[in-house]
Amino acid sequence: MSTPISASVDVGAATVRPQVPTGFWRRALRHRSFVIGGTLSLMVLGAALLSLVWTPWSAYEIDVASKLRPPSAAHWLGTDVLGRDIVSLLLVGARSTIMVGIIAVGIGITFGVSLGLLAAARRGWTEELIMRMSDFTFAFPAVLSAIMLAAVAGPGMVTSITAIGIFQIPTLVRVTRGSANAIWAREFVLAARASGKGGFRITIEHVLPNVLPILIVQATIQFALAILAEAALSYLGLGTQPPQPSWGRMLNDAQTLLFQSPMLAVYPGAAIAVAVLGLNLLGDGLRDLLDPRLSRER
Amino acid sequence: MSGSTNAPLIEVRDLGIRLNTSRGPAQAVRGVSFSLKRGETLGLVGESGCGKSVTAMALMGLLPESAVVSGSIRLDGSELVGLSDANYCKLRGNRISMIFQEPMTALNPMHTIGRQVAEPLRRHTNCSAAAARKEAIALLDRVGLPDAAKRVDAYPHQFSGGQRQRVTIAMALACQPDVLIADEPTTALDVTIQGQILDLIADLVAERGMSMILISHDLGVIAENVQRMMVMYGGTVVESGATNAVFTRMGHPYTQGLFRARPRLGARKGTRLKTIAGTVPELADLPAGCTFADRCTIVEDRCRAALPAVVDVSAGHGVRCVRTDVSMAEAVGAVGA
Amino acid sequence: MSVFIFRRFLTLIATLLGASLIIFLVLDALPGNAAQMLMGADASPDAVRALTIKLGLDQPLYYRYVHWVMGLLTGDLGNSYVYGTPVAGLIAERLTLTIPLAIMSMSMTVVLALSAGIYTAANHNKLGDVGVMSLTQFGIALPNFWFAILLILLFSVKLQWLSAGGFAGWDESILAGIKSLLLPAISLSVVQAAILARVTRSAVLEVLREDFVRTARAKGLSKRDVLWRHVLRNAMIPVMTIMGLQFANLLAGTIVIENVFYLPGLGRLIFQSIANRDLIVVRNCVMLLAGVVVIVNFVVDVLYAFIDPRIKVHNL
Ligand SMILES: Nc1ncnc2c1ncn2[C@@H]1O[C@H](COP(=O)(O)OP(=O)(O)O)[C@@H](O)[C@H]1O
Ligand SMILES: [Mg+2]
Repeated sequence: MSTPISASVDVGAATVRPQVPTGFWRRALRHRSFVIGGTLSLMVLGAALLSLVWTPWSAYEIDVASKLRPPSAAHWLGTDVLGRDIVSLLLVGARSTIMVGIIAVGIGITFGVSLGLLAAARRGWTEELIMRMSDFTFAFPAVLSAIMLAAVAGPGMVTSITAIGIFQIPTLVRVTRGSANAIWAREFVLAARASGKGGFRITIEHVLPNVLPILIVQATIQFALAILAEAALSYLGLGTQPPQPSWGRMLNDAQTLLFQSPMLAVYPGAAIAVAVLGLNLLGDGLRDLLDPRLSRER
Repeated sequence: MSGSTNAPLIEVRDLGIRLNTSRGPAQAVRGVSFSLKRGETLGLVGESGCGKSVTAMALMGLLPESAVVSGSIRLDGSELVGLSDANYCKLRGNRISMIFQEPMTALNPMHTIGRQVAEPLRRHTNCSAAAARKEAIALLDRVGLPDAAKRVDAYPHQFSGGQRQRVTIAMALACQPDVLIADEPTTALDVTIQGQILDLIADLVAERGMSMILISHDLGVIAENVQRMMVMYGGTVVESGATNAVFTRMGHPYTQGLFRARPRLGARKGTRLKTIAGTVPELADLPAGCTFADRCTIVEDRCRAALPAVVDVSAGHGVRCVRTDVSMAEAVGAVGA
Repeated sequence: MSVFIFRRFLTLIATLLGASLIIFLVLDALPGNAAQMLMGADASPDAVRALTIKLGLDQPLYYRYVHWVMGLLTGDLGNSYVYGTPVAGLIAERLTLTIPLAIMSMSMTVVLALSAGIYTAANHNKLGDVGVMSLTQFGIALPNFWFAILLILLFSVKLQWLSAGGFAGWDESILAGIKSLLLPAISLSVVQAAILARVTRSAVLEVLREDFVRTARAKGLSKRDVLWRHVLRNAMIPVMTIMGLQFANLLAGTIVIENVFYLPGLGRLIFQSIANRDLIVVRNCVMLLAGVVVIVNFVVDVLYAFIDPRIKVHNL
């Protein structure tokens, strides 16, 4: 399934610039990855928001009489086996995916960043413990956690959100701790400590603002990973449950009809790929723009 | 190899190097010419960023692929500029060797020092692994690595900076090269070690009859270790001649400035030259005329018009300055210092 | 070095124990009485009690945990709640599919990724580099199960070269078995390889900037020799780290991909067991997967010690 993207590993050692560099937007709009990635991401977000107020057809109403229609003026991409409009399903599916993604990444960031900051602030056995715990969590990819949760609590959105959230934590702990440690070694932090500020205040006033650019980049990539995980889980039937439309579920449904309606298996996958590609490109772009030193490899 | 001792071993004519910098292509080195006889030692001195290493890398044929080299570099009469990499590989480490500034990073952390010293032997001579290893031990012993036979299988991280520099020297000498290029071999070392390493290099050069190009930003190092010297500034050689001659009659205002600002042994590394106002220009900003014009105290309009020609102030002592009359008179004051 | 390995071994044991504890808590303690779950809410209390005793669920929690852990060490994983047969046997049968699949996809991943990564690094900023790197950008964005479906569409539906799913088994011929694992392995490895190729490329580029590369060139080594003799071994350290981490995702991936291709492997066993409420099978399968991930990462760390001489001193 989804994999920790390389970025999360080598970010750790790097140092950071204090603020967002000046002229951000001017440079951003000339940055290819950022523009393409941003456009794709906005398209997906737009689709999700649009589905809140309007879809061409209802994504929930079953109309078996008009099942598996080819694309037409009425149904732009045709209908599925239950006669639901594909475009409407894709729009609502975007909403499911983004919702699961946002909540899961939110969980990951809340725990991951706090633990990472704590590890950097306290060092010693606190750091050791947190890092060992997060290494340990690496042994439980989202699918494995979701399987355990589904076995005891049944499948569903809550299961997939929890599983994906847990899976987000260790990467975010590592990235946060790595960059926070670099900040703690900097002169202005030493100065702050010399002036008697406590670990908590220094973390809030100095460390967090400085690791923010890296966290923004990482969160973007984590979001992409969360979308991949959500799709896999709902494909497996562990995540979002029918009748709530989801891209993964659509793929599962389409798979039984590969010979009759192959295109039904293409649209939802393409939607996932576009969303993930967009977020990854956006993350790459942000990395270049927020901290050029992190993007040496390109 | 040519038998004649008078024919130059290395002859560089009008060497020019264009590099791709972050601000576009720029001329890093221009009009550098010199020749080096067998057994002769030549010093290259100048502030950091003046093009010493780039010149050395051009001799080694190790400039980045995007670099454009013009002019001519001849080794024993055969042209090196434009030589294919495959052919250059046969010369590097075999007839031309190089020692670098940073001994801490110049060795591969994953290979034993023995293997690294033996590598050029294995490459350029058809000696067996066992013979190469024996030779590596002998070399390590010669460069003064204590307990060479035992430590030959140790890894670089187990040695100090000075010891590692000895290892890189052993490596460079493995195939008995004709020319040794030493690019700031002691800059990164402790002051106490610097002298030892320079003495070692001098001994080895004398012992093996090698030619040497010694690069340094430190006039003191140059004064003590080479027969002839070249002073570089902004990618051009501003003065060249026998070391004695240059030190007695410094013909270029830059040489004089360098001398006055000479950091004494033990001074902080990278100390800025205090008596020369301004800083070394960036490559992309190099002026059309004399590159030193902007910092020179006796600059005239004609200095900025075109690169001054080399004026021979005495036999074998050339100065790239239009005002040698004035500058040499001034230099008299420096002699006593 | 032995100190390093010993310390790392202790964390391995601790991690395995921690994992077993969490898995036990979630899949045994948390759900309550498995007998009740198996028989449904309207089963008679007597029948439930009888099954509880039969399954050994009347024993105290800590006893059951210790019993299970001891069983893990001896290979006695207990009997399936549903079939009554030994869990170890059920799992072993499925592993004849899942292990070859994992090995096939991991080797394809490594071969693909290293060649692409080294090729692109050696041709930095040239056309080939830009092209392959754009491809990997797409590769990373592909959900592997969708890629699998696309492969089925192409090779099974359209070209009809390979079957759309199912497993031929090893009895008939090894080739037939490999053939039915080919598409699953490809779909697992292409996506992983895209990520690993990028890691390899940047690791190689990073090492190519090191001073000792210049030293090696100054000795007369060609670019190619420098790459193979000096650069790769140094670059392997970050690459191996990611490979270790990817292994977890590869195993998770096999669960997904087995479902796409209807392969009777460990993944299918887990899903059947979830449907059957056969929690003891789920528990052991999850432990197996987590354990393998932890052990693989341990092996990677130990390999560092062999690859990187500096670890002997630093005792990380
Ligand atoms: N690979 C390169 N690409 C672009 N510019 C370079 C490169 N190497 C050196 N330079 C530039 O060339 C000039 C001379 O550098 P160098 O020869 O290293 O100076 P030094 O005399 O200190 O050895 C400097 O301005 C440096 O920034
Ligand atoms: Mg230099």
